[in-house]
Amino acid sequence: MSIIVGYIPTAEGTAALDRAITEAQKSQSRLVIINSSRGDAIVDKRYAQAEDISALTERLDREGIEHLVLQPVRGNDAANEVLEAAEKYRAELIVIGLRRRTPVGKLIMGSAAQQILLEASCPVLAVKAS
Amino acid sequence: MDVLSSLMDGFATALTPMNLLYALIGVILGTAVGVLPGIGPAMTVALLLPVATVLEPTSAFIMFAGIYYGGMFGGSTTSILLNTPGESSSVITAIEGNLMAKAGKAAQALATAAIGSFVAGAIGTSLLVVFAPIVVQFAVSLGAPSYFAIMVLSLLAVTAVLGSSKLRGFASLGLGLAIGLVGLDFVSGQARLTFGLPLLSDGLDVVVIAVAIFAVGEALWVAAHLRRTPLQIIPVGRPWMGKQDWKRSWKPWLRGTALGFPFGALPAGGAEIPTFLSYVTEKRLSKHPEEFGKGAIEGVAGPEAANNAAAAGTLTPMLALGLPTNATAAVMLAAFTQFGIQPGPLLFQNEGPLVWALIASLFIGNFLLLLVNLPLAPVWAKLLRLPRPYLYAGILFFATLGAYSVNLQAFDLMLLLVLGALGFMMRRYGLPVLPLILGVILGPRLEKQLRQALQLSAGDVSGLWNEPIAVVVYIIVALVLLWPLAARLWRARRPRTGGLVVAGGPAVDGPAVDGPAAGPAAAPFAEAPAVEGRHVEGGPVDGSGAEAPADRGPDAGRRRADATHANHGQEKS
Repeated sequence: MSIIVGYIPTAEGTAALDRAITEAQKSQSRLVIINSSRGDAIVDKRYAQAEDISALTERLDREGIEHLVLQPVRGNDAANEVLEAAEKYRAELIVIGLRRRTPVGKLIMGSAAQQILLEASCPVLAVKAS
Repeated sequence: MDVLSSLMDGFATALTPMNLLYALIGVILGTAVGVLPGIGPAMTVALLLPVATVLEPTSAFIMFAGIYYGGMFGGSTTSILLNTPGESSSVITAIEGNLMAKAGKAAQALATAAIGSFVAGAIGTSLLVVFAPIVVQFAVSLGAPSYFAIMVLSLLAVTAVLGSSKLRGFASLGLGLAIGLVGLDFVSGQARLTFGLPLLSDGLDVVVIAVAIFAVGEALWVAAHLRRTPLQIIPVGRPWMGKQDWKRSWKPWLRGTALGFPFGALPAGGAEIPTFLSYVTEKRLSKHPEEFGKGAIEGVAGPEAANNAAAAGTLTPMLALGLPTNATAAVMLAAFTQFGIQPGPLLFQNEGPLVWALIASLFIGNFLLLLVNLPLAPVWAKLLRLPRPYLYAGILFFATLGAYSVNLQAFDLMLLLVLGALGFMMRRYGLPVLPLILGVILGPRLEKQLRQALQLSAGDVSGLWNEPIAVVVYIIVALVLLWPLAARLWRARRPRTGGLVVAGGPAVDGPAVDGPAAGPAAAPFAEAPAVEGRHVEGGPVDGSGAEAPADRGPDAGRRRADATHANHGQEKS
């Protein structure tokens, strides 16, 4: 069993990660971190760069959590990547970060959080940036 | 002064509100395509050719000039912030520029690039004003044999000197010349390469060819390599420069300009060689050599000035002789033909107002670019977050629309697809696009001069070299072709210095190529061989195998740039 967290290098992404680490410590399960990009733009600020990832793994090593960091670039939406990983690693919990969206933005771009909430087959913990 | 009053008339035309608007549109579009890797000014001008036919020729060329200069400005932004050159001429900028940005000096790097480009653009355009009429005076006296010889030289030089593989260059040139042959022979009326299709007898439309090779080919290539790991962009505020930065930048700007303009004006100049030379020069002359490799401002200021000066230089043979030396100039030349304007030495005489308005708009565009680039650099960097499927879908849409609108026949869409597939294959197998497009555009004119020369001499082949200038040019052609062979032989005999000769090869060819073809340009050129000489003497003498032993930095940069090319195939000029 494992805990899946959708991570992006922003305030809400970090909040989700912090909470996921707490949960993983509590239940002694493996933490799977998903940071994906569709990979179709030259620059994607939601894709964590090498320094960020190495700082992340260092922190997880220090806290003694069994972890797996995945950065799939396959042209899929972030929501689909998280859901697929949840299936594959038999997730007991998915942790995601929420941010405030305008109704229009949500209408046009859709909501990754909503898709995960509706389609996941395990409990989903949604965290807001503090 | 005749030139001055013509130029003032040009300013009067270019400063009308409508033309200013077109200059602004051109400048904004140019910067945008310059920032985006894979999309260059040549593709943009090609896509706009069909649209431009409804405009006044003057307005259209003012817009094209803005795009051309804008592409040069915009390329540096991506180089500095992302280490991915937006243009091939910004490859050298990426070396020091990206290091500066990583050291937290992105604002200064962007500022010196933008202001250096402005200074070089202004000086380069002034040199164009001075030299173009002199070249014209010289060129009108040329007969068909000399003109033919100069065109042959230009095609061979671009093919043999630029690019990594001569074989691929000549393959591409051959394809271009073959495409240029399609249609009726203009003397005998015989159908050539039409395969019995009556629609082909008018020849292939240059607009369709340019759009297919640049836009469709590139879009297919990108579609084949769509997924890639996103890069990190270095965040930056408004570009600015301190007093110390100014002090260290102004000399490299001027030296870069002095290197860039003559190389741009050469038949095989291009902007890559002078940017490289400028980098080497600055590294040698710098008072802070220890900073090279850690982000030296001179290494950004010099090459960025050089590439803009080269852009201005390229327009000299384009306007004065009708000889394009890079892809954008070639497509602009195609635009002249679209408007029914005959490019060549008579252009200044027949279309004076248009040419001078174009040159005046270069000054205006240069100034607008400074205004658009300096405060807005962070905004331009945001363009890189655009998902490429949307971008290239738009390009394909415009390409199709444009190709159809030229003649309103569905057959052109077939041609677009076939030639687009050709463009894709060329990128796939590493064939440079520039020789093809030059072959298509210069081929028919080359043939015309050849036929004319032979008609004058009643079919006697010696009629091709009965003018002294033609003979001189043929000797240079022979030198250009034999130079690599001679260098190799020499290196085999004297292994210790051979590598250096090869490194200096294209540059040493330079002045020789220039001499008779564009005599006036030789004056500012005097500096280049001297610089090159220093490079050859001062460089550490390496073993036999080295290609460019003197400087590991730019060499590594080139390799990195090659990797970028391989990565998403941006063959842009």
